[in-house]
Amino acid sequence: MSKQPFISVKDLSVGYNSRSGSTIEVLRNVSLDINRGESIGLVGESGSGKSTLALAAMGYFKRGLRALAGSAHFDEIDVLALNRDELQKIRGGRLALIPQNSGQSLTPTMRIGQQINEALQLHSKVNARQFQSRVIELLAQVRLPDPTALITRYPHELSGGQQQRVAIAMALAGEPDALLLDEPTTGLDVTTQAHILELLRELAQKRNMAMLYVSHDLGAISRVCDRVVVMYAGEIVLTGTARQVLLAPRHPYAHGLLTSIPRLNQTSLPLALDGRPPMPGEAINGCAFADRCALVDEKCRTTPPDLHPIPSGENVRCFKSDMISDMPALNVKAGQRNSARPDAESAALGLESLAISYEKKDWLSSLLTPGATPRPATVDAINIKIQRGETLGLVGESGSGKSTILKAIAGLISPREGVLTLHDDIILTPRVEDRPAPTLRQIQLIFQNPDDSLNPRHTVAQILAQPLRLYYSLSGSALHDASADLLERVRLGAHYLDRLPSQLSGGEKQRVAIARAFAAEPEIVLCDEVTSALDVSVQAAVLDLLDELKTQQGTTYIFVSHDLAVVKAISDRVAVLYQGRLCEIGPADAVYKAPFHPYTDVLLGAVLEPDPDIAPILSADDVVELSPPARGCCFQRRCPRKLGDICDHETPPVRELADGHVIRCHVPASDL
Amino acid sequence: MLLMLIRRVLLGLVTVCIVSLIIFAGVEILPGDACTQFLGEYQADDELLAQCRKDLDLNRPAIDRFAEWAGGAMTGDLGLAVDGKTKISLIVGDRLQNSLLLALCAMGIGVPLALMLGVITGLWRDRMPDLIGSTLAIFAMTIPEFVSATLLILIFSIWLGWLPGIVLTSASAPAAEFFPEILLPVIVLSLVMCAHIMRMVRSSVIEVMAGDYIQMATLKGVPYWPMVFRHALPNALLPAINVVALTIAWLLGGVVVIEVVFNYPGLGRLMIDSISDRDLPVVQSIALIVASVYVCVNLAADLLTMLANPKLRTMYTRK
Repeated sequence: MSKQPFISVKDLSVGYNSRSGSTIEVLRNVSLDINRGESIGLVGESGSGKSTLALAAMGYFKRGLRALAGSAHFDEIDVLALNRDELQKIRGGRLALIPQNSGQSLTPTMRIGQQINEALQLHSKVNARQFQSRVIELLAQVRLPDPTALITRYPHELSGGQQQRVAIAMALAGEPDALLLDEPTTGLDVTTQAHILELLRELAQKRNMAMLYVSHDLGAISRVCDRVVVMYAGEIVLTGTARQVLLAPRHPYAHGLLTSIPRLNQTSLPLALDGRPPMPGEAINGCAFADRCALVDEKCRTTPPDLHPIPSGENVRCFKSDMISDMPALNVKAGQRNSARPDAESAALGLESLAISYEKKDWLSSLLTPGATPRPATVDAINIKIQRGETLGLVGESGSGKSTILKAIAGLISPREGVLTLHDDIILTPRVEDRPAPTLRQIQLIFQNPDDSLNPRHTVAQILAQPLRLYYSLSGSALHDASADLLERVRLGAHYLDRLPSQLSGGEKQRVAIARAFAAEPEIVLCDEVTSALDVSVQAAVLDLLDELKTQQGTTYIFVSHDLAVVKAISDRVAVLYQGRLCEIGPADAVYKAPFHPYTDVLLGAVLEPDPDIAPILSADDVVELSPPARGCCFQRRCPRKLGDICDHETPPVRELADGHVIRCHVPASDL
Repeated sequence: MLLMLIRRVLLGLVTVCIVSLIIFAGVEILPGDACTQFLGEYQADDELLAQCRKDLDLNRPAIDRFAEWAGGAMTGDLGLAVDGKTKISLIVGDRLQNSLLLALCAMGIGVPLALMLGVITGLWRDRMPDLIGSTLAIFAMTIPEFVSATLLILIFSIWLGWLPGIVLTSASAPAAEFFPEILLPVIVLSLVMCAHIMRMVRSSVIEVMAGDYIQMATLKGVPYWPMVFRHALPNALLPAINVVALTIAWLLGGVVVIEVVFNYPGLGRLMIDSISDRDLPVVQSIALIVASVYVCVNLAADLLTMLANPKLRTMYTRK
């Protein structure tokens, strides 16, 4: 008797009707089997169809999409044949989803308790009188602090990590047999992410669930999955065990993805995977990856390869899977990062005892609540000198004040105390409106999400023209030439000038944003999580570009990111922040090596590498702190190496080790 | 929370004060005064003018008169009309009541209808119910009120003879006596306001239904209608509160055209009449009342939004 796998997708094609009436396929002939107790990772760039596949397994299609051919079975039920009401009985019950962005996936007007309660009412066999205690039990199971108080809270009152846990608790309410996870940890802090993944692993084992884990984060995949499926342009290109795919990928695309990931044990930039995947509906004659492949030959361009088994056990859609070993090895980079030549003589920017507070003084509230002590500042006592041509990385979890510091430098918020100096002699006025044009020009900011920072109704030419007109009064053909030149420098052609942001891919948009910043010929560029919204392959290309521009123009960068490997790849010096206080600062190599500040240690331990052999070291429990402590060390409440009273009451001393490496901790450096 | 409330009420008071000052100053700056305006038609001689000014107390400095007027307004005494005999609060009071009656009836029909239609057109987006509803709404919005009013009079009172086409009840009559005369103006007003609110609700429903939490609720297994009522509508209707408030303020402020067309004795018609009678004290008072209504209704709407939106509510209660 041949029993079907628990979740079985067979030859599924999904598509939509384009305006011209033709059918455009976003998934082509995809087959996927998952058994109970098995967890499968689904990897690929954005647009590869991985979320569409996961949702199709639940019989759900986004507006406009529909199944064109093939089948999807869940426990021998044909989910594509069920009607709406029948589907709703399975969804959330036996087959549950943990969504990508829990912040937006929880209904804002319903309390946490109500939302989990609803899932129980729909799917649980638990007696209605036990709902309340069951909700609390579920919240405790995902290790949320104080579940009893939490049930009356609304989603927006929780941090990102807590929201994600609520979503997990909600998915577990129906006691599912299978879990679909759609990028469940994207956008979370490293520490939170590591804890949530451990939790999922445990749960899957304990409950013998089938799990489908969709993510572009190979580090997370390596932590939770037994098998990995790689998708490219709506097709499966490689399947194998996690070890096979992540350590010795037998498809050039998977190989490219892995080399484009920055790793902690490297001091160089990752290798970029050039080009972009074909758009859905684009005519593909041979292999979809041919245009980006280093091993391409005539056959690849004319004959589409089949997904076929190879002797080592994987299934590969490539003619040349035996030649991958000729490609540059993982983990090593041919070109070294352009080592900085910081000019020790002149500082580009100085931050002197900078303190920033978002709290506003208000005559009415001070009238009604006299004598209230102001809360500790969001950012406090930051002293950093940044040399010309240097890249300073700022790392820390969300709420560590990284972006706040950038905003203060850019003049978007006024510091409560402290001085900002440009070139040692120009004092920057707190407000950007008061700064003279030459000073303004020298400091430019690049934002995290180009979708938000580029005006969707302006063409690339209009976007680039603004700084060129403002700072250099260019017009006519001079303006056009300068814009075209800028686009060349960010490796986009002049033919991009007439395009709107919506006609560009994510990486291209970020390049335009970078071109806009560089149009001002700035001395200092502030990068606020500039690669966080991008795919890894695109991220590598953007990092490479930033590095190249820096070498050409001697630009100084302040690079903010929550990704420690990215910061390590691009920075000369790294500053580690917790709750707006400086914990550690020093040359990148020194910060990422012992002695560590205890917080740096916690952060580094939680980083997930795309290697099943490297397990994260989790120490401190993930306690979310909303504001810094009033006295003592900022990290006192989470520190695994806390000494005692001294940490609660005294600000840790500034200890300078060799080579400008500074650690602020009461524990002697020799013990760290 | 309390702090916020106090702040908003204070802000509202300040707004009304400034508005009253502007109204008073505006009337003062006009060439001539209430008496030259009022008596102008009769080629008033100096003696009459002087008598009128003495009656109306116009000889005192403007500051004094403003203080008296504003002080009176606070206690509900709006002074005397330009004839020097009638108390303004008396005339205006009746008219305000009538406007309120008209507004309440229009709201009672229009708001629920608009919300319902907005939700239906939003859920059935681009399908038949939406196409019909949205097209009708565009008509209702673009045809001027006096045209639709005239059309309805033509159909319902002249051709069919079902409803009276004009209001003949006197301004001071009790509310019950306005029926059924009030029905036609109510219908016209409901149509106009309904279209605005409906379009707003429709786009808000569409936006919410495309949101991640609706997808999540669906994938959690919530059946369609409970999903709509529990997850979608509480969020989709939040932005409607402010539009409804603006519409209510507009209704209470006297809907001049409708009141004139149907001869309805509300605040709007009183204003038109007072302007043509050059009764500046009355115009001044109406302006102040309308301004206060706007401030109050908007304050109420903001408070309601705050109560209905957990994000805003918790901002003030849990800090």
